[in-house]
Amino acid sequence: MDLIATALPALGEAFSLILQPQQIMFLVLGVLLGLSVGVFPGLGGIAGLSLVLPFVFGMEPVSGLALMVGLVAVIPTSDTFASVLMGIPGSSASQATVLDGFPMAKNGEAARALSAAFISSLFGGLFGAAILTFFILIARPIVLAFGLPEMLMITILGLSMVAILAGRLPLKGVAAAGLGLMVGAIGEADAGGSLRMSTYDIPYLTDGLKLVIVGLGIFAIPEIVALLRQDRSIAKNATLGAGWMAGIRDWWANIWLSIRCSVIGVIVGVIPGLGGSVVDWIAYGHTVQSTKDRTGFGKGDIRGVIGPESSNNAKEGGGLVPTLMFGIPGSGSMAVFIGGVALLGIDVGPQLITNNLDITYTIVWSLALANVVGAGLCILLSGGIAKLTTIRFTLLAPFLFMMISFAAFQSRQSLGDLAALFAVGLIGILLRRFDWSRPAFLIGFVLSTQAENFSFQAYQVAASKFRRGADAGLEYIFSEIVLVLLVVTIISIVIGIRQAKVIMPEGETPIGKKRAPLIFLIAITAYFLVSFFNAQAITIQTDRIFPMTISFVSVICCFALLIQMMRADEGSSIFADREASGEDAEAPHGLWPTLAWFAGLLVLASLLGFILALAIFIVAFLRIRAGLGWPKTLILSALGIAFMLGMATVLNRDFPPGLLQSLVELPWPFR
Amino acid sequence: MIAFKPTRRVALGLVAAAAATFTIQQPAVAQGIDLAGKTVDWIIPFSESGGSAKWANFYAPLLSEALPGKPTVVVKFMPGAGSTKGANFFQDKKYKDGTTIFGSSGSTQFPYLLGDPRVKYEYGDWNVVLASGTGGVAYLPPDLAKKFNGSANGLKDVDFIYGSQGATRLDLVPLLAWEMLGMKVEPVFGIKGRGDGRLMFERGEANIDYQTSSSYLKGVTPLVKEGKAVPMMSWGALDGDGNIVRDPTFPDMATFKEVCEATDGCETSGEKWEAWKAFFVAGFPAQKMVFLANGAPAEAIATYTAAFEAVKARADFADISKKRLGIYPQMTGNEAKGALESGTNVAPEAKAFVTNWLSERYGVTLKK
Repeated sequence: MDLIATALPALGEAFSLILQPQQIMFLVLGVLLGLSVGVFPGLGGIAGLSLVLPFVFGMEPVSGLALMVGLVAVIPTSDTFASVLMGIPGSSASQATVLDGFPMAKNGEAARALSAAFISSLFGGLFGAAILTFFILIARPIVLAFGLPEMLMITILGLSMVAILAGRLPLKGVAAAGLGLMVGAIGEADAGGSLRMSTYDIPYLTDGLKLVIVGLGIFAIPEIVALLRQDRSIAKNATLGAGWMAGIRDWWANIWLSIRCSVIGVIVGVIPGLGGSVVDWIAYGHTVQSTKDRTGFGKGDIRGVIGPESSNNAKEGGGLVPTLMFGIPGSGSMAVFIGGVALLGIDVGPQLITNNLDITYTIVWSLALANVVGAGLCILLSGGIAKLTTIRFTLLAPFLFMMISFAAFQSRQSLGDLAALFAVGLIGILLRRFDWSRPAFLIGFVLSTQAENFSFQAYQVAASKFRRGADAGLEYIFSEIVLVLLVVTIISIVIGIRQAKVIMPEGETPIGKKRAPLIFLIAITAYFLVSFFNAQAITIQTDRIFPMTISFVSVICCFALLIQMMRADEGSSIFADREASGEDAEAPHGLWPTLAWFAGLLVLASLLGFILALAIFIVAFLRIRAGLGWPKTLILSALGIAFMLGMATVLNRDFPPGLLQSLVELPWPFR
Repeated sequence: MIAFKPTRRVALGLVAAAAATFTIQQPAVAQGIDLAGKTVDWIIPFSESGGSAKWANFYAPLLSEALPGKPTVVVKFMPGAGSTKGANFFQDKKYKDGTTIFGSSGSTQFPYLLGDPRVKYEYGDWNVVLASGTGGVAYLPPDLAKKFNGSANGLKDVDFIYGSQGATRLDLVPLLAWEMLGMKVEPVFGIKGRGDGRLMFERGEANIDYQTSSSYLKGVTPLVKEGKAVPMMSWGALDGDGNIVRDPTFPDMATFKEVCEATDGCETSGEKWEAWKAFFVAGFPAQKMVFLANGAPAEAIATYTAAFEAVKARADFADISKKRLGIYPQMTGNEAKGALESGTNVAPEAKAFVTNWLSERYGVTLKK
């Protein structure tokens, strides 16, 4: 066993390097920083690493590595808090956790969901590190076997998860995914740079929308607004059910699921260019498909938490393979990581693994240790933090609006971020109201760029191989990996369509009158038509095919839905409308007045700048909407704003400036 | 070794001169800016895996130490539309307090030179504080390299695939060079950085590639040692008289000029050659530059110029820069201005030829 003979001495060396009090101290410091940054939706590894980079230059290499790896490793762990407690996808890696984690919090089982998520993360992380130890020595040919057709197939496999998340009407799911794909295509095209559904007069749009904005808008805002209208706590009866030990038992009962999803995480993580955006969806799809009783999914099935969470930490281990081996980062945070490693005088690339296996293993084992420390801390905290779900939501809401506005602003540091957040939030509210699958929309959005680039590039390479000969071309397109993925995709679509009616990623939706759902459908159809003609007008061939195809298919879907609507009787599930009856319709507060509060914050921010607007907003909200007395109002507002200022100082961030700031020079927080 | 090494005194003199000129127009005393406690964002309009990333990552910590107040220097990657996106973003940033700087590359210069409609930036508005030269190397897989013997005659029947960031980018230089050698190279557009191109080459999807010097040293040299890649030619370097000579970083590699002379049908004179050379000069010897935004005051320019001078004056600079950037001139002050001048101007005939070639060969229409 050559492999073991090479690996073991280096492993021993790595252990002796990392198990020093000083290195452990740096590791724990990194973990603490990572946990604090990861809790914020929209702030991830990039923000965290940028915090420590200035101190890394000149540090002893192993300490520096421990600090940075500790920080990066736990971000997919702590972002689970936002996903479970508030229904906000903390990062692209925990989008799918929202589907079952948040309903669990609403059922008063937040602590159980959190601890199950953390123990799954821990297991996934350790599993990833263990596999990585040996895999890294033999991975090169495997990574290189994933060319453009293979990456395209994985992207399609990710998209096929739309089938299972489509909701009651598959056509609606497909149209929702189409809408996501089209929103993802807004802005300058990657290949030729043509503009799609944007103009240079609105520079904000030419860059396209960022995942932070879309994730917050589609998931967080509709949920926050819906909860706020109820004027109660997140957990329906303001009580906590099963505690954190229950979550750990749940995980143990589903250990095989956790193992299978960790394997998925490692494999997808290893392929450069895919990043974390598909892995949790594929894991979620697998979880649903491999379970016998599927009725609970979307309403708070613990397995829907265990699956994605096992995979997203395992992915970090897998993601180190291309990062270390080819010097090609799998994600934004890995990219900053490479930069940081270079500051320590270490060059990532094949020579690192060949010549410095001990350093490589130091990285791998820092990753494992960081997972243990991070997940351990989170499990201990989960019982306490879960209590947040029992607080009256109206008291939490202004601080959530504060946090998501600040998070959204980090995307492009312009007021456009806030406008975009509001616009996407409105779409999210309507999608939710009329039961159009929001997960399908998000999958479409996240995979839009990849789907377009990979299909176009694979087509070009294939065309050239076919010119050389049909054999070479066929061999290129239909490699063994592609065929296997094709079979998996087909199976997943078939099972998905069969099961979609049972699984309600958004719970039951009441049925209403014909008019409102019809108007929404017509509006969506109109958008597709406009995008189709907009794409047709593009002169560069490579930039128009994708949006034309997608909008064409979506328009067909919409027309089919229109015909169905005309034929269907009132009371058919096609007319789903949350405002017709049920929880939303009976809420004590209306949709528009509630949304107006948020709009008020944004308008004020554009006039007075963020901090001044925030102060007015929180005080007014707590006093008028929540009906608190002056002392409580002022104390809570002061605490909230102090927290915001503290965060911004530590992270060295600016606040959105308004009209006032363009007229008058103001000192820092008001600037 | 042709690297410039102007003395520190000259540089300080220049700085003082620049500062002095400015004081006449503006009563404020030019003492330089203090960046203590601040964070400098260094915008790189490319992805994290390319040559610009390596260049910026090399300079960032050194710059941080050399700037007054030792601010944190963070490299921000803003890839998109082959660097046009990041450059347009920077154009909109008016100078505020010197905490935003921009690193441009040849791929930012070319669309500007060619009048690409997406270009909303104007080099004349910006203030150059550093200009770094570089070179580039084309390489082949071992089986195809056997057909190459210093002339490209044996490669004319091969179907080449090349991962490209776009024909109007720096890729114009290799694409035009290969075409002049009579090679059939089909570019696959839309990749995000040259690192992805290298990965396509390693996967066997592309069978020709080129990297700028720093990426070549780091990413391709190991492949060459393992026998998985063979260098074909370098683009060369300019001598004092403007002639193309061997690249001092790769003295054993033939230049494109030598290969062209040895290959049937390739001419090192005439309008095609002149056009290639003009764009090579614009794209490589003055490839990567650092700018302060529109409206930067003289003290800010002086501060940054002095900081880069201090970086160059480090005792270990020759050693560390040779390893990571290759042996190329790192210019500041008036030299940098000269480099900017030659990097953002080409002869009208060369421009006309290339515009026409792009539209005939790749269907790219550019405004005249």
